[in-house]
This record gives sequence, C-alpha cells and structure tokens, in this order.
Amino acid sequence: MIRFDGVTKQFPDGTVAVDDLSLTAPTGKITVLVGPSGCGKTTSLRMVNRMIEPTRGAIVIDGQDTARMDQAQLRRGIGYVIQHAGLFPHRTVLDNIGTVPRLLGWDRARTRERSRELLERVGLDARLADRYPTQLSGGQQQRVGVARALAADPPIMLMDEPFSAVDPIVRDQLQDEFLRLQDELDKTIVFVTHDIDEAIKLGDQVAVLRVGGSLAQVAEPAYLLAHPADDFVADFVGRDRGYRSLQFQPSPRLPLRSERTVVLGERPGEAGSAWLLVVDEHRHPVGWVEPGRVGDRPVEDADLHRGGTLARADGTLRGALDAALSSPSRRGVVVDDSGALIGTVLAHEVLSAIEDTDRPERDERDPVRGGAVDVAGEQA
Amino acid sequence: MDWLASNWRTVLDLAVSHLYLAGVPLVVGLVLSVPLGWTAKRWSRTYFAIITSAGLLYTIPSLALFVVMPLIVGTKILDPLNVVIAMSVYTVALLARTVADGLTAVPDHVEQAATAMGYKGLRRLFGVELPLAVPVVAAGLRVAAVSNVSIVSVASIVGISQLGDLLVDGYNRVIWGELVTGILATVLLALVLDALIVAGAKVLTPWTRAAGGRA
Ligand SMILES: Nc1ncnc2c1ncn2[C@@H]1O[C@H](COP(=O)(O)OP(=O)(O)O)[C@@H](O)[C@H]1O
Ligand SMILES: [Mg+2]
Repeated sequence: MIRFDGVTKQFPDGTVAVDDLSLTAPTGKITVLVGPSGCGKTTSLRMVNRMIEPTRGAIVIDGQDTARMDQAQLRRGIGYVIQHAGLFPHRTVLDNIGTVPRLLGWDRARTRERSRELLERVGLDARLADRYPTQLSGGQQQRVGVARALAADPPIMLMDEPFSAVDPIVRDQLQDEFLRLQDELDKTIVFVTHDIDEAIKLGDQVAVLRVGGSLAQVAEPAYLLAHPADDFVADFVGRDRGYRSLQFQPSPRLPLRSERTVVLGERPGEAGSAWLLVVDEHRHPVGWVEPGRVGDRPVEDADLHRGGTLARADGTLRGALDAALSSPSRRGVVVDDSGALIGTVLAHEVLSAIEDTDRPERDERDPVRGGAVDVAGEQA
Repeated sequence: MDWLASNWRTVLDLAVSHLYLAGVPLVVGLVLSVPLGWTAKRWSRTYFAIITSAGLLYTIPSLALFVVMPLIVGTKILDPLNVVIAMSVYTVALLARTVADGLTAVPDHVEQAATAMGYKGLRRLFGVELPLAVPVVAAGLRVAAVSNVSIVSVASIVGISQLGDLLVDGYNRVIWGELVTGILATVLLALVLDALIVAGAKVLTPWTRAAGGRA
C-alpha cells in the first residue's frame, strides 16, 4: 500500500505542482491519476520513488516512510515505465530487460534466463532478443519497457503515460494485455494518464487531479462517471459519461429474438428482410448482406457489411447498446462466450433494460473494486 | 624519392616518436576530460568556467607552452615529457567540451529511466552515459588527433625529434625530397590515427548501425 499523506511539492521557482495530496493506492490494485496537462501527475508519481522530493508531507509504503529509505534501494524495488519507454539505445532488448537484475547483482546466466521469460510474458517474439531499441516499433519498445520494469519482480509499478505515444489500435492492445498481466501479477500500480477513457478502462480506482495539483475526486470508475463530485470532474469525465458508464452495467437477461442466417458461401434463398446475417460453419457471425443485391449466387466475402459490433450475452449494457446502434439492420448481434450466435436485440429493448437498472450507489470513501471492467465489443 | 630510399630508417624512427608524442597525450587528455566534462554537465554552474578555461588553454601558442613547461613541472629542458604534457593540455582543451556536450546529449528519457532504476555514480557514467556519448566524443577525438599531429611538429624547435625535424632540416638545407617526405609522412600519420579512432568508435557502437534496420 502506498499512502500519500498531505503531500505538497513546490518547485524552487514557486510553482506548486502538487497541493496537499492525500491518497491511498491499495496493494495489488491499479490506481490511476488522471487530469489535464500540468496538473501534477508526473510530479506526484516521481515523489513515490523520490526522483522528486516532497516539500511537505510524507509518502509511506507499507508503513515505511520513503524519506528514510535508501534512494537507490527504494528505486530498485519499484518498476518505472515512461512514455517513450526510455530504453537504453546502446543495449539489446535482452540487456535492457536485464538492467535491474544486473544492478541487483544477479549473475549473467540467471539474468538472461529471467529476461527471456519476461520477453515472452509481454508477448514479444524471442527473435527480438538481440535487436537494439531503434529496430523496434513504438508498441514493441513499450512492451520492452514494461518487461524491464518487471524484471526484478518489484511489488510496485509506476507508469507515466506508458501507452500515450502509440497509435490507438496498438494502445488498445497494450491496455488489454496490461490488464491480463496485472491479473496474474497483482502489482500495486500507480498509473498516470491524461486520457479519461484509459483511466476508466484500467483503474480499479481513479483519482482526478485539477491544475494546481489538488485532488478533485477519487473513486471507482463507475462511481466517478455516475457521481462526479463537482463541475470540474463532470466536465473532465466528459459528455459521453452516461453512455460510458453503461460499461459497468452487466447486461440483464435481454429479450433476444432468433435471427435467420445464411452460411458464407451459400445462396441467401428468398429475401425475408433487407438485411440477412451471415455466419461461418461454426455459427460465428461474420457480417451482414443485402439479399436483394446478392440475388441467386452464393454469398461472398466481398458482399459482407462488417460495421456491426458483437455483444456478449454475459457482457455489459454498453456492449449490447453498441451492437444494436452499429448494426446496419439495427438488430444487435449477441453471441455466447465461444463467439457463436445466440440472437439479436433492438436498441429500444436495451434502453428499457437500462431504465430498469439502478444507477450505481456506493460510498466514495470506500473505493473497493467495482464491477468487472469487461468491455464486450469485438468487431463483427 | 632517392632521398627517402636512403633515409627511410630515420623517417620511420621519427614517425614512431611523432606517434608517441601525439598519441599518448590523446589518451591522457581523454582520461582527464571525462571527469572535467562530467563535472561541467553535472553542475551546470561549472560548465561555463570549465569550457571557457579549456578554450583559453588552446589559444596559448605551442612554442610558448613547450618552453615554459620545464618551469612549471620541473622537468629538464630537452625532456620529451614537456611535449607530452603540453600536448595533453591541448587535448583536454579540445575534449573537455566534447565530453560535456556528449554527456549532455544523452536523451532525457534515458536519463530518467536510469535514475528510476537506481543508477548512480560511476556505474551510471560508465554503464549508460559514456557509452551513449561515444559518437560525439569520437568526433572530438578525431579533431584532437589531427590537431596534435600537426602541433607536435613545432617541437623540433625545442629540440625534441619527430617528423617536424624533416621539415626544418629540409627547409634549411633546401632538400626537396626531405621536405616533401616530412609533409607526406605527417599527413599519413594523421590519417592512420584518424582511421584508428573511427574503427575504435565503430567497435564501441554497434547500436548506431542497427538504426533503420527495423523489421
Ligand atoms: N522542475 C520543475 N521546475 C518548475 N516547475 C516544474 C518542474 N517540473 C514540473 N513543473 C511544473 O509543475 C506542474 C506540474 O507538472 P507535471 O507534474 O509534469 O504535470 P503533468 O504530469 O500532470 O502534466 C506544471 O505546471 C509544470 O510546469
Ligand atoms: Mg506528465
């Protein structure tokens, strides 16, 4: 557990970057610090490993005041990941990952073995081991950065906008894998971002900071979206917060209708409606076709409209509503956990389900883990 | 060419002395420049003082430095050590700034990562900062090498033998063969030293050539 205890940082030029911050990052959870640029996120993070010393207040890790710990020793027990990965350009991928183990005095063989294990763990090909960082894509560099931070198995990870500099698709991937990794590792993580969507997706707990470095609100993501503490937070979490909050609402039993389908490569038969759902041989939906256009020939890949998203029956209301809204037929496709078709649902049916659900009511001062962050939105 | 054919042993001896007088100071100067450059980078307030004094040192005429060196360090007047020390001073004058700039050019995010991982002191300097400064330092070292090879010639005037002797003697006695040999040998020596530095830097920086080979 990391506790910020009335922490203030004033730089020599008078700038107050962090103002009387009190906050607890629980063990094994992801605490996200989010806020506009310049609100003191990086400064707060760097005070944890004492790259910056607080002007007032204390940061306490598992009951120990960090101000009284040896600086280098403290840092070697804390993984740190930054925006451009900060990899050492003169070291190979494997040597980069092994940096902290070597600093801790591990021998070469053990370090290499551990580094290889981590390379695999963050989803990188073993063939990248002897490359230099400049030979990697941005996403790969970021993975190496995460592997390097994990190398000596530190209980704490500090992450400063680690996924901000990669393109949106890669970012999404990195986020998903990060959550999967955290599921296995249970690190105590403080994660900094300016992106509220990322904060909502990754945080077990989200702390919103305002410019001037004061804490505006700290809560679970669902609670934050439903109950912003003031105008600043409401504004910051954004206009779509009503829609976004649906991702924390598990779907109730929705009234699914059965859908007439055609298997890819077969003839549509007589046109029942303007849009016909196409599935593969395992009944996994692959897209929609307009039978009127296909006529009497078999349905080909090129006929498919792939715009619709798929909702999982055990997913969230956001997934269900999005499936209905994105479907060209307006019938949202619902699948089971193996990805096979169960049926379809209409937007107004999801909306009535939403109206039947209560908004989340939880005590803000007791931010235990909220509803599972399960985004059911695969591409159809 | 007749002249060279009958004097090549002398030329070789002079070339070896020349290499020694220019090369040893290069190593000594580099070693001394590292702490100076590191200090200039570490405490930005010292940067100006260090870089300015280094620049001023380089403006002292070489002949003056060769002559006063025995007075400063107490060596004998004809001791080659005078030249070695003086040339080391010139090398430091050129390299202190190069090292400081090379260390300063280490990207900020790399410095931050090093700090966050608990790198400090000598381990940080030799493990992270200096290796990354190699391309910049090598460029400075090449300039210093050529400069040393050319300045050392002046030492003939204070009685220290090297290839400069051929220039002085060839000029005084109007022996064209000797004069041309002196010039060519000096240039050749500078080129050899330069090639050695380039090769050394190449061995130390395999990562710079990996750039762009993204797959
Ligand atoms: N070394 C410094 N000296 C003076 N001001 C600083 C320094 N570092 C950061 N600041 C200021 O402190 C504020 C917070 O900075 P920072 O923590 O980097 O914000 P964020 O990471 O949220 O964008 C900003 O106004 C920034 O300009
Ligand atoms: Mg920042």
